[in-house]
Amino acid sequence: MTHSYDLIVVGAGIIGAACADVASAEGLKVAIVESGAIGAGVTAAGMGHLVAVDGLPAELALARYSLGLWEDLRDLPGGEFSRCGTLWFARDEHELARIPDKLARLRAAGAVAEAVDAAQLRELEPALSPGLAGGVLVPDEAVVYPPVMARRLVERACRRRATLIHARAIALGEHAVTLDDGQRLLGNVLIATGGALQALLPELLIHLRKGHLLITERYPNMLHHQLVHMGYTDSAHGQSDSVACNVQPRPTGQLLVGSSREYGVSDSEISLPMLRRMLRCAFQFLPSLRQLKALRAWAGLRPASIDGLPYIGRVAQRRGIWVAAGHEGLGVTTAPGTARLLVDQLLARTPAIDARPYDPMRAAA
Amino acid sequence: MSTCICVIVNGKPVEVVAGASVAAAVARAGSRFRRSRSGEARAALCGMGVCFECRVEIDGVPQQQACMLIARAGMQVRTDG
Amino acid sequence: MAERYDVLVIGSGPAGLTAAHAAARHGARVGLVDAQALPGGQVWRHDVRFSAPAFARRCMQATLEHIKIDWLPQTRVVGAEPGRLLVEDPRSARWLKYGALVLATGAREVLLPFPGWTLPGVTGAGGLQALAKQGWPLAGKRVVVAGSGPLLLAAAATARRHGARVLAVFEQADRAAMLRFTRGLWRWPARVMQAAVLRAQLAGVPYHFGSVVTAAQGEDALREIEVSGPRGQRRIACDQLAVGFGLAPNVELACMLGCQLEAEGAQQRVRVDARQHTSVPGVYAAGEVCGIGGRDSALIEGAIAGLAATGARTGIASLQRRRAQARAFARQLRETFAIDQRVRALAQPDTLVCRCEDVTLGALDAHVDARGAKLATRCGMGPCQGRICATALAELGRAAGIAARPPLFPARLETLALAPADGIAASLAT
Ligand SMILES: Cc1cc2nc3c(=O)[nH]c(=O)nc-3n(C[C@H](O)[C@H](O)[C@H](O)COP(=O)(O)OP(=O)(O)OC[C@H]3O[C@@H](n4cnc5c(N)ncnc54)[C@H](O)[C@@H]3O)c2cc1C
Ligand SMILES: Cc1cc2nc3c(=O)[nH]c(=O)nc-3n(C[C@H](O)[C@H](O)[C@H](O)COP(=O)(O)OP(=O)(O)OC[C@H]3O[C@@H](n4cnc5c(N)ncnc54)[C@H](O)[C@@H]3O)c2cc1C
Ligand code: FES
Repeated sequence: MTHSYDLIVVGAGIIGAACADVASAEGLKVAIVESGAIGAGVTAAGMGHLVAVDGLPAELALARYSLGLWEDLRDLPGGEFSRCGTLWFARDEHELARIPDKLARLRAAGAVAEAVDAAQLRELEPALSPGLAGGVLVPDEAVVYPPVMARRLVERACRRRATLIHARAIALGEHAVTLDDGQRLLGNVLIATGGALQALLPELLIHLRKGHLLITERYPNMLHHQLVHMGYTDSAHGQSDSVACNVQPRPTGQLLVGSSREYGVSDSEISLPMLRRMLRCAFQFLPSLRQLKALRAWAGLRPASIDGLPYIGRVAQRRGIWVAAGHEGLGVTTAPGTARLLVDQLLARTPAIDARPYDPMRAAA
Repeated sequence: MSTCICVIVNGKPVEVVAGASVAAAVARAGSRFRRSRSGEARAALCGMGVCFECRVEIDGVPQQQACMLIARAGMQVRTDG
Repeated sequence: MAERYDVLVIGSGPAGLTAAHAAARHGARVGLVDAQALPGGQVWRHDVRFSAPAFARRCMQATLEHIKIDWLPQTRVVGAEPGRLLVEDPRSARWLKYGALVLATGAREVLLPFPGWTLPGVTGAGGLQALAKQGWPLAGKRVVVAGSGPLLLAAAATARRHGARVLAVFEQADRAAMLRFTRGLWRWPARVMQAAVLRAQLAGVPYHFGSVVTAAQGEDALREIEVSGPRGQRRIACDQLAVGFGLAPNVELACMLGCQLEAEGAQQRVRVDARQHTSVPGVYAAGEVCGIGGRDSALIEGAIAGLAATGARTGIASLQRRRAQARAFARQLRETFAIDQRVRALAQPDTLVCRCEDVTLGALDAHVDARGAKLATRCGMGPCQGRICATALAELGRAAGIAARPPLFPARLETLALAPADGIAASLAT
């Protein structure tokens, strides 16, 4: 049997879910194809921190654009949107010296950001170890619970007549996709399969970067902001295994402790050596974490493109095939912007931000 | 027959037989062990360290399983029930 | 305390005790680890007021006093790497290396949701027994024991010994099944004795078959229960309700180590060969973790595993014959006390299933698969790591996976940060 749609979204992680939401809101006839549970891919393994990272200009632009769009999604029930703000902290004078540039970049991108000195840092977060040099507070940033956000977006799309199909996409054609249940769907096809991208689009290279996280028992009011070490950006953009202190207060009172990056690993088993490194790194800055009880640890595989920027747009040399994947460690943050950019291009509108840096053409070249 | 010791539960002294668990002391004090996420009162369920319903604060350390620890004289126990 | 043991035994119930003893007698250096403060496991749990049976005392003494055995109490296994386990006690953490490992982690109670089961005053049946032995106040309390299986009688007897007024025992299995069971009992004379002793201890306590507690009521604590039986519905005012539906093997550690599991009714058990060897080289398992079989099979299997773990060739065959007989009894028990459909239907849409995260049965109904349900509702994400709710959901016929990642139990962050080369790390906490 064949059915035709305006857009067939393959993959219901946070990226596919956001795309289906925006496309259905535009009145398009949408199908969503997902082989597992909604949001149960790497979307369920992430931290859900909505943050503008200022490493790459185009990454910052997409994040800032998306943060604005998240404001319309914050009331989705169960999504646990909580505006805790981000507090970047500097260990020493050397890291402190990088703050003016960071502030300038964030502000140029439209963010509200302020420098905090050592005393203010202690006041904002008494649990931080004494002797830290200072930091940057970005008060408007927030955290969410990504798998439920993805589910709510899909549900919203379905209320607008989108069709959810539980199946695996196994082959692409021109304006067509074949599913493992034998169905063939016709229309524009958007591949939003995250780390599994190359199964359908082998020409778009994806590297997997494994990351560990750990969640604690409930310790309400121990931390108030998402705390990120200034060194996080180096870890995120580095080329070797690394850890960085990145700790989040969940709305439940639990703490989410991260994070690590490993290259060339494709399983998501817990590696105790990596977990140890990550925890020791966090203890340096938050000594009182040592005594807290961990409930669980897990690992996920961040889908990374060749250059750290996601692939968003039409796939070259193929007809009617689009892609939105490769968001590495920022896909939750950048999902709404990604969806807007993609749908604007599909409808031949001019996007609100320059779409060229994300053009998948660069990888095929 | 057996000797008793005294522990403090939510500020109140409670006598238990030596060797008794903290859970027994909390029950003797008539206290609930904890409030659940939605605010229900809860108390020990499994008695063997599996269910985590008996979590209390002991000597300032939160989230301890009362059924797994033997009460010691002078122990300070707090419940949030 | 050593850093490396020839044989490391996890669990000090009957299976772990005999395993440790057999291995030590065969010359091995043995570490015996248990999360509890005192040895004995479930059946020989220390009682603050009454001493254990003479046989149990002898068995514990022989093991604990053995010069080649180190007893490591209040120690929980929370992680593993090949050839070593990460353990935590209330004050410190360490890595223990082993030549061979014996898993004697026993079983927990199957606790099934029904309206009111979260009220203070409602415990497991074995749960109340364990709590009573730890000094839980029962003197003069009105206690009802319910659920299924031989544990109900043991729990009622313990409660009574601790001064409770046991009002009744309600067994869900029907009288016909029980009669078939008792007619076959002559094959296990020791069991007939046990049952007779228990019945004598419970003289005057009514024992009802085909009866199920359908609800517990009260404001902030239990006041009253509803019972449905062959003679209709009734209400009983009481202070404690002890209700359990049999046992489920504690397979999480085995699972984390990669041991193959197999079905045991709706639950899982560790698969072992005739020498109690699991599918992982050097890892043995004995007792309830290999399937609910009771004290006798635990004792025998522990001895086999302890010997096998030291590479012994002799002394095993006779034990293997005794094990077969003990296991046959366990099969009879399972058939007799198979859980009735009525019990599975007790939970209502607004009944909590996950007590850690307060998730109702109805909230799970909206989801097609277990993983999606868990992600959306947080069911099983709390500190019990699904040990209560996933066990119950499996019994209700809803698939639920086994948690088998470090930390196996909630553990201090500093424990998880301990490297094998660090030695022992003392905690600052206590
Ligand atoms: C440890 C860690 C921490 C992180 N922290 C953050 C953070 O704080 N903030 C942030 O913004 N981001 C964070 N991320 C990154 C973020 O989680 C990802 O970028 C994002 O979830 C990617 O979403 P996705 O939809 O592309 O992928 P996925 O969620 O993996 O979705 C892909 C979906 O496609 C489905 N699929 C695959 N193949 C097929 C097929 N052939 N047919 C049908 N369906 C298919 C899969 O089942 C899956 O559901 C973190 C990631 C990790 C690992
Ligand atoms: C609550 C309860 C009450 C029972 N009462 C009776 C009774 O009265 N009469 C009767 O005949 N049978 C009773 N049983 C049945 C009982 O399981 C067996 O009779 C017998 O105790 C089984 O012995 P075992 O050695 O296999 O396991 P157990 O006796 O269960 O011993 C297992 C031990 O392993 C420890 N352990 C488990 N995991 C870990 C870990 N990760 N780290 C460290 N330690 C760990 C536990 O603390 C426990 O002490 C009861 C069972 C339960 C659950
Ligand atoms: S009563 Fe269940 S863990 Fe203590």
